[in-house]
Amino acid sequence: MSLMLRVRDLHFSYGAVPVLNGISFHVREGELCGLFGPNGSGKTTLFKCCLNFLKLKQGTVHMCGRDVSKLSIREMAKIVTYVPQEHKPPFPYLVNEIVLMGRTPHLGGIFGIPHRDRMIAIDALDTLGIADLAERPYSQLSGGQRQMVLMARSIAQDTPLMFLDEPTSALDFQNQMRIWKIMRKIVESGRTIIACSHDPNHVAWFCDRVIVVGNSGVIADGDPAEVINEQTLGQIYHNTCTVQTVEGVRIVMPAGLQTWKNGKNHLNTCNQHVGQNTIRRIDYDIGHDKLEL
Amino acid sequence: MTASTSIKDFLPTLDYKRIYNFSELRKIGILVMLGIVLIAMVSIAVMMGNYYISITDSIYTIITHLTFGDISTIPSLHNIVIWDLRIPRIILSFLIGGSLAIAGTVYQSVFRNPLVEPYILGASSGAAFGAALSIVYPIIGVSIQLSAFCFGALAVTFAYLLARVQGETPIFTLILAGVIIGSIFTAFVSLLKYLSDDSALREIVFWLMGGFYYATWDDIILLAPVSIAGFLILLAMGWKLNILSMGDEEARSLGVNPERYKFIAIAVATALTAFSVSLVGIIAWVGLMMPHASRILLGPDNRYVIPASFMMGGMYVIVSDTLARILTSSEIPVGIITSVLGAPYLCYLLRSKGRGMFG
Repeated sequence: MSLMLRVRDLHFSYGAVPVLNGISFHVREGELCGLFGPNGSGKTTLFKCCLNFLKLKQGTVHMCGRDVSKLSIREMAKIVTYVPQEHKPPFPYLVNEIVLMGRTPHLGGIFGIPHRDRMIAIDALDTLGIADLAERPYSQLSGGQRQMVLMARSIAQDTPLMFLDEPTSALDFQNQMRIWKIMRKIVESGRTIIACSHDPNHVAWFCDRVIVVGNSGVIADGDPAEVINEQTLGQIYHNTCTVQTVEGVRIVMPAGLQTWKNGKNHLNTCNQHVGQNTIRRIDYDIGHDKLEL
Repeated sequence: MTASTSIKDFLPTLDYKRIYNFSELRKIGILVMLGIVLIAMVSIAVMMGNYYISITDSIYTIITHLTFGDISTIPSLHNIVIWDLRIPRIILSFLIGGSLAIAGTVYQSVFRNPLVEPYILGASSGAAFGAALSIVYPIIGVSIQLSAFCFGALAVTFAYLLARVQGETPIFTLILAGVIIGSIFTAFVSLLKYLSDDSALREIVFWLMGGFYYATWDDIILLAPVSIAGFLILLAMGWKLNILSMGDEEARSLGVNPERYKFIAIAVATALTAFSVSLVGIIAWVGLMMPHASRILLGPDNRYVIPASFMMGGMYVIVSDTLARILTSSEIPVGIITSVLGAPYLCYLLRSKGRGMFG
């Protein structure tokens, strides 16, 4: 299998603040690759570096064997599509117009948009089961619906490589499963997906490969069955999870979940005097982190 | 490229397609209707005025000119009033209104803000300074219009250069730079007003309010090519403007170079604005309001909003200027009419459609 994406020794910093230090990884053709890491580890920044939105300090990114810094923006948009986290545009475009925007890199004409492209856009909506939203203004949809629309736009863009930035973050359970199923389907058709996610279970269940990014760079890279274990999770989430097997499926759970509900969660309360008022202070002791309320 | 199977292979087909085609047809229908209303308005405007000329005489005069007929068959008074006074004035109003309205549409899309107007980058303040300079110091020997155009274009160029950092022009800095440059030129205009004598002061104030009193065929020969070329370029860019209004990163991921197309769009819109302002002074509200009115009729797709706002901007200024001509025996500056008509309209928009339009 050929390499779809190869990132080598990537360095990036926002001003003087270094964000990515020497990241290297690759994604093979036809893989659904999960990018997994805690908040602030630079997953979105890594995406933006790969997509040439941000200028690299050092390192190279190759897609389909071509150096992205040498590709034109239009050529790039035929190779890779990007699903951003959901957002609101300033104008109330209709859903079908938003999805049709995905066809832009394939459009040649000046005014008219070919019938075929419009049909592809509607089909993409239909794939996600949201064709009934086609004539609704995008800005009036819920966050989850908007995320589905952006996903549809990406499908309509019809590229061999897809970057998805937390594609299921605003979705309900049913739609999360639907999106992952669709991503599996897309991958089976020979396309390649790299998706970042905050849910270790999703990554473990649905991805072919997972790349774990921590604050110090790539922590682990490989089969989710091997990579998503208590040791790796402990490293990035500071021992707040356990991994258990239920009916042959591995599930990541919060550590000590049973004891939380039984009220045995090392709850310390004390009364604190602030001026004339007495404030009840509660310390929750979860793992080694302390939350104060 | 590795994706051998088409994305269509695993997609089912559906019947939502018919609805889609219908909505496109509907929009084209609305554009045609606007064209018809525009022609009707022009015809009415030709007849309106302090000197009454019947509809048959008006049509006869126009047709004789258009078909290169024998002009000596027209009464010379009709010929002067219709062909030398009213027609140039109506065409000029239309071109100015249309140009300002599409410039506003473009600025709003590129700046991703529906409350932006064509003067936001300082074109009007620059032009006002240029005009005032040439009024107060006629010794320089440059016409008011040329001076206004040069300084209008100069102000926007300054704002653009000021905002450009490391090959990129972020929207936020661009608008801020426009405000800075605009306020500097406004201050200079105040200074010139302070230095000028009474008659020059009066002329500056008149210029600032805008008007079509001196419209001639020469103005149209100057403006029409710019206006029509600008319109065609922006019309061709309609879809790209939609993409630009989604933001720089998204434009990139959709294959549209944001820096290149932002530059082209801003340059064309600025040329239209600077030309308009330098010819007739500052006409308020058209560039802010007509894009909104077009979006309410047709939705936000710029492929339709641009032709619609060109026609609606033109109509709005024709109506305003006709009112300016006929309301009183002496003329009212058209800038006053556009504001008086425009402000309540925008209030109405804000109250009735505000949430849908702006949120």
